[in-house]
Amino acid sequence: MKKGIIVFIIFVGALIAFPLIYQDPFPRHMLIMIMLYAAMSIGWNIIGGYTGQVSFGNAAFFGVGAYTTAILLVNYGINPWLGMLAGCFFSVALAIIVGYPCFRLQGHYFAIATIAVGEIMLLVFTNWEFAGGAVGIYMPILPESFMNFEFHTSKLPYYYIIFVIFIATIGVCWFFERSRLGYYCRAIKEDSDGARSLGIDIQRYKMIAFSISAVITSICGTFYAQYVLYIHPTSTMDLMMSIQLCIICLIGGLGKLYGPVIGAFVFIPLTELTRVYLGSEGQGVDLMIYSLLIIILAILRPQGLWAIFNRGTAK
Amino acid sequence: MEGVFIQTLVSGLLIGFLYALIAVGLTMIFGMMEIVNFAHGDYLMIAMYFSYWFFVLFGMDPLYSLPAVTLLLFGLGILTYYLLIKPIINAPMLSQIFVTFGVLIFLRGLATFLWKVDYRMIPQTVLSGNIQLGDVYIGIPQLTAAAGAIICNGLLLWFLKKTRLGMALEAVSEDKEAARLMGINSDRMFALAWGIGIATVGVAGALLTSFYYVFPEVGANFGVITFVVVALGGFGSVTGAFAAGIIVGLVEVLSGFLIGPQFKFMFVLFLYLAVVLIRPQGLLGKK
Repeated sequence: MKKGIIVFIIFVGALIAFPLIYQDPFPRHMLIMIMLYAAMSIGWNIIGGYTGQVSFGNAAFFGVGAYTTAILLVNYGINPWLGMLAGCFFSVALAIIVGYPCFRLQGHYFAIATIAVGEIMLLVFTNWEFAGGAVGIYMPILPESFMNFEFHTSKLPYYYIIFVIFIATIGVCWFFERSRLGYYCRAIKEDSDGARSLGIDIQRYKMIAFSISAVITSICGTFYAQYVLYIHPTSTMDLMMSIQLCIICLIGGLGKLYGPVIGAFVFIPLTELTRVYLGSEGQGVDLMIYSLLIIILAILRPQGLWAIFNRGTAK
Repeated sequence: MEGVFIQTLVSGLLIGFLYALIAVGLTMIFGMMEIVNFAHGDYLMIAMYFSYWFFVLFGMDPLYSLPAVTLLLFGLGILTYYLLIKPIINAPMLSQIFVTFGVLIFLRGLATFLWKVDYRMIPQTVLSGNIQLGDVYIGIPQLTAAAGAIICNGLLLWFLKKTRLGMALEAVSEDKEAARLMGINSDRMFALAWGIGIATVGVAGALLTSFYYVFPEVGANFGVITFVVVALGGFGSVTGAFAAGIIVGLVEVLSGFLIGPQFKFMFVLFLYLAVVLIRPQGLLGKK
């Protein structure tokens, strides 16, 4: 336990120091993407890993966060930080609308229903002219400041903003793990009939876990919109993105606090580096590499890489 | 106006038969071992590329290379079973989902790497052309595909209900333990189910290549439609998949015709959600 705290402090310190040592845009961008995906995957882990409800629709929350911020800013001049709050509100609303009926479905049925919901969201935004349609939305260029959530000369402020989001997400998950809610969710995953017979309101706790997942993902969506300053339907709510979140959790370890963190640190560099080194000739190779990794892990080591690291530190 | 409407209905019906054929393989595999093959649409993509390359390399029309493509996909199904599915047959659902998802991503990556993201199409096949019935034009490739799908589904039903081997398959899906006591090797039956399940996709892919573009992502849309058809019909129900395929085909073209082509897919998904929420087991599913 103590060792865990020391490792965590070293890890946080290294993350704070990293952009000061590496000042090139590329490594900073890489770390920003890693932390962004780690935070989102922790969000997925809460509903998928701990509660055992495989959602292939989480990208919808990312899209809602990104689009709410963008639409409010472009059309009404509303500050992106308020947009972030509004995005969370709409994401929770979506989680409740989707979750209320869909959580009655079991296993594969739930997974496929979330694919359907995700695809519906993608189609709605692709055909919704007010939201930019298939072209998407360009964010207005504002003077750079923390209030405006826009920075043009350096990636450094973005780095520290996503760092705070990332660490806060770990904190939320840490509390979740130790809370009554967390124990209920794990009970639902292990044996939902047993949990029900002990008087746990399964529907309610699934909904709460899904809402937490939605808020985290939505905040990441807002960050993405402000970081890239251009969003379109396939960059924000593609099915592939939802799949990537599950994969990151699987690689690292499902239902483990640091599982998604390890997963993101392996997965994001793997995809970014194969893209850089193999270029357009090697298009598809990154998919092949990580799909093999997933298949091998799912067959041989469903606990994920976390189990390997954990065995190392436990000694 | 009336002619256009009938035209729409006919094309919906034709594509519906093809959806049914693709879905039958998926539902059969699920009925046997409760595993959803999320890569189903991507096996379809592979089948379409096989057809395409038979045409480009050997000048074989997709219709003539159909038996070869079917056989290749049959082998691929068996291989998939022994290599990937057998080790996870008793694993938790999450592992099963991730393995077939891994196959999905692998096949898409492989196709992107080998054949790039270009859209390819066979310009002229032996089936090219239309026939006219009153105001209604029917594409011969589409008609052939629908006929092929009906024949193939019929053969499959006959095989399952009337032959000893088919009945052994059904027996395993009804009760693994009892079937084992009767001397049926369930392992071999599972492999056979994967072979046949993927071979039906081979037939569908070969028929589809006569009138549809081939590209690495082609399985994505067909895959989602297939899950919808199977869930709508009821997992494991072959007749359910057949009915649901036709329903989905009709809903797709009718909503496209009445509301707008960009929304046709959305209505299929809404219909699916509505049915599954009222009847989680699907239209003809058990339990």
